[in-house]
Amino acid sequence: MADHTLDAKGLNCPLPILKARKALKDVAAGETLEILSTDPGSVADFQAFCRQTGNELLESSNDDSVFRFVIKRPAA
Amino acid sequence: MSSEAQVVSSEMRNQPGEAPVAVPETKSMSIIVTKGSLDWAYPPFILATTAAAMGLPVTMFFTFYGLPLLFKKLNLQVTAAGNPAMKMPMMGGHMALPNVLTAIPGVDAACSVMMKNLINKKGVASIEELREMAVDADVRMIACQMTLDLFEYSLDDMIEGPELGGAATYIECATKSDINLFI
Repeated sequence: MADHTLDAKGLNCPLPILKARKALKDVAAGETLEILSTDPGSVADFQAFCRQTGNELLESSNDDSVFRFVIKRPAA
Repeated sequence: MSSEAQVVSSEMRNQPGEAPVAVPETKSMSIIVTKGSLDWAYPPFILATTAAAMGLPVTMFFTFYGLPLLFKKLNLQVTAAGNPAMKMPMMGGHMALPNVLTAIPGVDAACSVMMKNLINKKGVASIEELREMAVDADVRMIACQMTLDLFEYSLDDMIEGPELGGAATYIECATKSDINLFI
């Protein structure tokens, strides 16, 4: 289970990324954020977002057209 | 990017509990915003908000028809005139409007309503929403002084935040930015 969850279903680019960035502000170092999205473009975008920001993408999966991402903030 | 803006931006990223501070090297981006129709307003605001979310200091320079995107109240319109690539999903297919029809009064308004409905239906952010997110993310906004004079606009009618500047202000920013876009 992730420490925090963000439901970004139904939102289109770039809202899942922008909402995730905002949600990460409440995630402490070492904690995880789960994001649910229905935007197929978010698969590539969360990979790029994590590479650029230094967060770790622990999981990227999909189940019945809902994409699930788990992002871990680097430990301080 | 002015040193002042860089300070603001790094403070922003270093607040306690803030998302990752460990950005290995900080790139920055500038965008010249020259167009103010509903469709053309999207690329600059999408890229500015996303770059800011990814830790880049961003500057937007609003000039010519892009400047009215800073007005408090927006009622953006789209036109099919001269744009054969603009095809709306309709009855299972896609329909383009012949140029001759685009001159009929009310057609642009109808196209704009149609596009705003699509934007809502598909979960795409409104320009107002993206602009607010850009302001919240401390995107630096510069309003072109010459355009204000030329079209007799007033900064009083615009949102809080934009500073006034001209070509030299932008060029100074561009020389320090890794990505410079003209939209």
